[in-house]
Amino acid sequence: MPRLACWFIRASLAYLLAGFSLGAIMLALKATGHQGMAIRGLVPHVDFLLIGWTVQLTMGVAFWILPRLEGGVSRGAVAPAWLAFVLLNAGVLLVALASVQTLASAETMSSGRLVGRAAEVAAALAFAVHAWRRIRAASVDAQVR
Amino acid sequence: MPTLTRWFLRSALVYLVVSLLIGVMLAAPHGPTLDVLSPVHIHLFMVGWITQMIFGVAYWMFPRFSSEAPRRSERLGSVTYAGLVMRAIAEPMVTLRYATPWPAILVLSAVLQWLAALAFVVNTWARVKAR
Repeated sequence: MPRLACWFIRASLAYLLAGFSLGAIMLALKATGHQGMAIRGLVPHVDFLLIGWTVQLTMGVAFWILPRLEGGVSRGAVAPAWLAFVLLNAGVLLVALASVQTLASAETMSSGRLVGRAAEVAAALAFAVHAWRRIRAASVDAQVR
Repeated sequence: MPTLTRWFLRSALVYLVVSLLIGVMLAAPHGPTLDVLSPVHIHLFMVGWITQMIFGVAYWMFPRFSSEAPRRSERLGSVTYAGLVMRAIAEPMVTLRYATPWPAILVLSAVLQWLAALAFVVNTWARVKAR
């Protein structure tokens, strides 16, 4: 497994645990009649599990197993994939931090959350740039060889 | 395919059908009581279907831990398989009728689901390694 795939997958496992921890706390709060408090964790809970866990795991596994280029020796342009890793994690963390800040200041929207979401979009674009050439028919692979 | 993976994948398929059926119920004209199923619908899909499918495939396909214990711990893997059914029943019951034993069951389901994630992370972490 390539080093970047390890980073993607281990980070996704960390978010899985963080997201489930938050979810368990929210569920326990709901069970004890504190629904109002429980709902406050919803944004980071969803972001951790949808983007941090499932999207990041998918990117990691895709980087690992998508067909290689140049006769099977190269994964192509790796820099955009690294950029996707950095942007995705910065985005998820920013959204989570902004949610905490929003709770403290009682605002409904913050620039931190907006920047975080934009970083997530940029991560998706960077990963698409990396993966695009690797998504191809098997016959193309054979022709290259 | 290991036995635990078969359990994960088949359960995931059942959860997919059940969660989509609840989605149909929520889309059809219904009374406000049925709205308590909304979080159940989302979690049966996200945890029951997607996460459980990932758990099953990762347990099966990720790089071997060692030749003696290719999937690391069978026991740790088994701990992962618990908690969601309890939540699916207890969460609407807590909303509909806040009375014992439902809150306690809901807390227990939260603990079990958290333990499931922890067991999966512990079991998988060392199998994610660079060559």
